[in-house]
Amino acid sequence: MLGRTANGLYWMFRYIERAEKSARLIDAGLRMSLTRSHATDEDWGGVLQSSGVRDIYDDLYESLTSADAIDFLLRDRSNPSSVLSCIDSGRNNARMVRTALTRETWEATNECWLDLKSRLARRVKAADMPEVIDGIKRMTGLIRGAFHGTMLRNEIFNFSRIGTFIERADNTARILDVKYYVLLPAVSQVGTSIDNVQWESILRSVSAHRAYGWVYEAEYKPANIADFLILNGRMSRSLAYCYDKIVSNLGYLAREYGERHAAHATAEQTLSSLRGHAIKDIMDQGLHEYIENFISQNNRLGQEISNGYRFY
Amino acid sequence: MPMVKAKFLMFNIKLPQASILPPISFAGRRACVLLCPCHYIQMEKKGDRPLAFDEMMNADSSPRQPYATYNEWYASQDRPRLIAKSKEAENIFRKTGITFAVYGHADSSEKLIPFDLIPRIISGREWRRLAQGIEQRVIALNAFLDDIYHKQEIIKAGRVPRELIERNEAFLPQMIGFRPPGGVYTHIVGTDIVRTGEDQFYVLEDNARTPSGVSYMLENRETMMQMFPELFHQNRVRPVENYPYLLRHSLASLAPPGCEGKPRVAVLTPGIYNSAYYEHAFLADMMGVELVEGSDLRVIDGKVKMRTTRGYEAIDVLYRRVDDDYLDPLTFKQESALGVPGIMDVYRAGNITIANAPGTGICDDKAIYSYMPEIVEFYTGRKALLENVPTWRCSEADSLKYVLEHLDELVIKEVHGSGGYGMLVGPTASKKERTTFAEKLKARPSNYIAQPTLSLSTVPILVKKGIAPRHVDLRPYVLVSDKVQIIPGGLTRVALKAGSLVVNSSQGGGTKDTWVLED
Repeated sequence: MLGRTANGLYWMFRYIERAEKSARLIDAGLRMSLTRSHATDEDWGGVLQSSGVRDIYDDLYESLTSADAIDFLLRDRSNPSSVLSCIDSGRNNARMVRTALTRETWEATNECWLDLKSRLARRVKAADMPEVIDGIKRMTGLIRGAFHGTMLRNEIFNFSRIGTFIERADNTARILDVKYYVLLPAVSQVGTSIDNVQWESILRSVSAHRAYGWVYEAEYKPANIADFLILNGRMSRSLAYCYDKIVSNLGYLAREYGERHAAHATAEQTLSSLRGHAIKDIMDQGLHEYIENFISQNNRLGQEISNGYRFY
Repeated sequence: MPMVKAKFLMFNIKLPQASILPPISFAGRRACVLLCPCHYIQMEKKGDRPLAFDEMMNADSSPRQPYATYNEWYASQDRPRLIAKSKEAENIFRKTGITFAVYGHADSSEKLIPFDLIPRIISGREWRRLAQGIEQRVIALNAFLDDIYHKQEIIKAGRVPRELIERNEAFLPQMIGFRPPGGVYTHIVGTDIVRTGEDQFYVLEDNARTPSGVSYMLENRETMMQMFPELFHQNRVRPVENYPYLLRHSLASLAPPGCEGKPRVAVLTPGIYNSAYYEHAFLADMMGVELVEGSDLRVIDGKVKMRTTRGYEAIDVLYRRVDDDYLDPLTFKQESALGVPGIMDVYRAGNITIANAPGTGICDDKAIYSYMPEIVEFYTGRKALLENVPTWRCSEADSLKYVLEHLDELVIKEVHGSGGYGMLVGPTASKKERTTFAEKLKARPSNYIAQPTLSLSTVPILVKKGIAPRHVDLRPYVLVSDKVQIIPGGLTRVALKAGSLVVNSSQGGGTKDTWVLED
């Protein structure tokens, strides 16, 4: 396979994953503003930060309003992480690697792009927002379905999956990075309704508020939430789950090519560190530092994969 | 000066690049006559101007023989259903992403080429005649290229002027004395053909550089079979879908002599922003070969190699969809980022096959075109089976005089021009435009040729009220290896608007599935 094709697949799936994340963040933000009595526009600052685009926003807008923030996250072309930008970039990559995709996967991607381009052609009215967010989830879901249903489980599949999970791990880690303080016992007034809303919001932004209930039964507890998002190997957006998938996909490539790269050691090391810790250790050592360190390791891994498989 | 047939001067104007305009407004000289069962809205004869030849219906509104079975089927169809099918086809194309980019558009958006679901049908007998003519012409083109880059017998024989070849921008001195693997220059050719009567076909132009559009031929057929499977039971239509297979084998069979094992074929594209990118990806996909860009390729150890996830791997045959000028920045345009530095050295050393060979673009030149009857005869020893459109070379004094006197009847084209630029359409141009153009013509006569206007044949398209005739052209695709293979059919382009009729996709033209029937 061409190095450029591997690169295109990797980024195609990173962008699609990122588009979904942006939609989920908007969803969680909207939910919070509905359920909190003292919701302020400043809450959107946290959402922008979780998406890593607060600086770009501040450069472009005088003040922070929910309407501007939502529009910025949804369809602003100057925001490379907006849903529209991501779908555009994802689809451009798909076009570049067209010959590596099944017709079904390509068509689902192309239809997603056609659909969202028309839905997001102008500012979305608040009343239409739920439908638009739903549409984004559905269209990206169709891409995933077509991909899983029709693609050969070969190197093409592996690079696509690696892109998905590097991006997903980064997204989950960034949400934690921005919100870690509400999970710290020292700051949090345990059991107040404000905290409950904040915690639920974290879970919603990874589409896991229901699943949390299945696993941990009782009420929200910061340590459980952190455990769920970081260490729980059954939670499909947790760091542990993402790294399990990255390691296994890199493993397929190593066997197929008969060659290991720096990326393999890095990924395995991160996975074993995730498996070898209890959440209490991590929180005792410092949740914030742990997450920061994870994000930089995750970036390094991306770079090593790009070098090892000659993306450029 | 070539022979001019007076009848061509009488009606209809032909633009280059197969764009067609009606001579005068259709309003007032065209009546809508609803004819059962087809509801065929026909152009009505007016005065002594003959109608364009219609390929489906005879003048007495009976169907022509190749359309007999189709016509029966059509008569039994429900019109709203057909219109719904037409929308369905559009959706299929949009979803599949069969688009082309329109350069210079503000949003640089991707456009769909409209597809009309009434097929263009050619009988087996008609096709055999055409195919013989095309084969002869393609063989002559290859012989001509080999000759001009070697002994130049045709120049020595005084049949084609030396300066026309050697001062031609598309003539590549780098190719002199070099013979590509298998002696094949034009691996893929698209010969544009127009029809004016039952037995009258003309070659409008030769596309020996990088003919495009074959993906539409394939997708049109695919769409038709999906929508109207019954038609393919009722009519014995010769298949076109093995084109990618034939192309791959044709290319692989011309791998360089030093190639060991199974030849590795790749398609070279300028990238996703190129207007024909869809086709590049489509062909690579259907052939099961890599789609590469210049940035993937590098010359290593005297071979052209592509960067893969496991390291660099050699390519033996490169089907390039990048123009000569951009192929090798070390040999041609330095600033080109689309090509491969050093590929021409590898080529000349016989370590890669480039299809089509560099320097074949000279065959697309309109001044060379005007010599095609001589060229065909010189290399095949027989008169050309397919006629050229009569052409005046303005470089010749007599011709120039005639052209200047008849500017209002002729189409004047630049010899290197394409896409309808830098040309004059006499009958529709204003007096001022003609005067201005006459000055340009006098200043650089050798830069121009002139042609009369042809009454192009029509084939019906689906319209709201039924079906109505529209002008068409045809681009059959030809593969050259140790044999010449002509795909039965090709791409029919059709002018969709009843007013200003232009078949170019960039100007509102559409396409049709093209059937060649088994006898």
